[in-house]
Amino acid sequence: MNATRQVKIGFIPLVDAASLFVAVDKGFAAEEGLDVELVREVSWSNIRDRLAIGHYDAAHLLAPMAIAATLGLSHVRAPVVAAMTLAMNGNAITVSPDLYASLAAAAEGDLGDPAVTARALKEVISSREKRNAEPLTFGMTFPFSTHNYQLRYWMAEGGINPDTDLRLVVLPPPYMVDNLAKGQVDGFCVGAPWNAVAESAGVGVILHPGSAIFNPAPEKTLAIRAQVAERDPARAEALIRACLRGADYVRAPENRDETAALLAHADRVGADAQTVRRTLEGRFGGEENKDYLIFGDAACGRPDAYQAAWLYAQMSRWGQARLSPDALSAAKRVFDPTFFDAVTGTAHPRTAPVAAFSGSSFHEQDIEAYLDSFAIRAAR
Amino acid sequence: MKIVIIDESPIRSAILEEGLREAGFVDVERIDETHNLLKRVYAIDPDVILIDLENPSRDELEQMFQVSRAVRRPVAMFVDQADSASIQASVDAGVSAYIVDGLKKERIKSILDLCVSRFNAFAKLQNELERARSDLEERKTIDRAKGILMKARKLSEDEAYKLMRGAAMRESKKIAEIAQSIITASELLK
Repeated sequence: MNATRQVKIGFIPLVDAASLFVAVDKGFAAEEGLDVELVREVSWSNIRDRLAIGHYDAAHLLAPMAIAATLGLSHVRAPVVAAMTLAMNGNAITVSPDLYASLAAAAEGDLGDPAVTARALKEVISSREKRNAEPLTFGMTFPFSTHNYQLRYWMAEGGINPDTDLRLVVLPPPYMVDNLAKGQVDGFCVGAPWNAVAESAGVGVILHPGSAIFNPAPEKTLAIRAQVAERDPARAEALIRACLRGADYVRAPENRDETAALLAHADRVGADAQTVRRTLEGRFGGEENKDYLIFGDAACGRPDAYQAAWLYAQMSRWGQARLSPDALSAAKRVFDPTFFDAVTGTAHPRTAPVAAFSGSSFHEQDIEAYLDSFAIRAAR
Repeated sequence: MKIVIIDESPIRSAILEEGLREAGFVDVERIDETHNLLKRVYAIDPDVILIDLENPSRDELEQMFQVSRAVRRPVAMFVDQADSASIQASVDAGVSAYIVDGLKKERIKSILDLCVSRFNAFAKLQNELERARSDLEERKTIDRAKGILMKARKLSEDEAYKLMRGAAMRESKKIAEIAQSIITASELLK
């Protein structure tokens, strides 16, 4: 048994941190010789700042934020290693019943098809402009988030410029439903369980799961402070090993009750156990969807430079980052599989490419061409 | 220079506002309630935004770095990245600052230093209050236990206290803990 290593980890109360919670609460981390302190945080900005100054050794982090924090694209620079993908997908786009009715009236085709709803949204926006109505407002959770990119990609495929044709605003996930109910936003993209909460309260209609826009999209990563990973790789590896055991546990259907009960705790997600359980089952708006929320395990949790490049392309498209060979390779280095590979052995699984519902497919080798293929993007 | 304070603790934000005014920053506004935050911030159109770190709305401010229709005035870094001591001190104190581009670094530094010292002063005050409250609780517990002993063992107040103190010393516990066990025991024996 190794000497005990202390690790302080910040998280945001969300179901997609389940592998980390289970790793700690089921004692897997302790068996790896880790003494983990989990700290529930109220904002992604806090997590980034505390990683920067070393309050945290690691964090449950938005995948694009790992790149933004490392490259210093917002506020404070906090170099991290995206050591393991904790979750893929898991978000959904929900709209108000009013907007849903307008979309249904304008839609030509199946409302389950994002291409159809995006074109319908364009129609709705145009008719609002003619009436001089206020622009529509959509909520998302953070500028550097898959939620932001999912909304933008979807809208742009319908011919909407998300920077000029409507308002995109950041809201803390627990405030989303309330804002939708009060008409402050007309729709949002958020993670579990807030879409289901909006729908069951009758204030929102779930339009698309995130996986209908991109699949599989890297959503949350186990970000380890770069300094910690460099100086003490054994600690990073022990943490990954514990989280992989956590992932296996969470993915096993027979453990769903216990996982849901554990996540329901006030110092974890703090939500109703039944709602959490439905998310774990991938039951979404009544239907089963195995891609709804995927927990990263040894087969699919490997961080890959490809994912980083894809994320960096989304950032570049929307003017959050500048596409240069240096910056791109710095972004790719954030998704460093070294520690993951040391844990899982040498057979590296191929990373599944991120497929979008429409538009040109992404090629890591030619991001310029990928970006040039989109008529709508931020001004360079 | 216009400064806005976003803090759900009205006492703390009042303390901070007072400090800023004393330091000559007279144009200070407070937002205690974070509903529709960004709209309010834009209505005030501040040069400096101070926010407490327990505030979930902090992420809302982060989009001011972005260029979009929702953002009228992009915000710059709050202190020089190299100045990690400032970041450390402000995070430790529980406050963060956002500064609109174009302000002099020295002025920002003085505001930030003031924030840190006022936030720390508030935390100290809170600790002291907390301690005073628990001291009071302890005294109440000891008085109750004293009463029980006086009645049960026909002791004077002084003797009852000495008895508890003796037990506390033997068991290396606090008198309040001994008092609490006396109360618990007497309730069980009722």
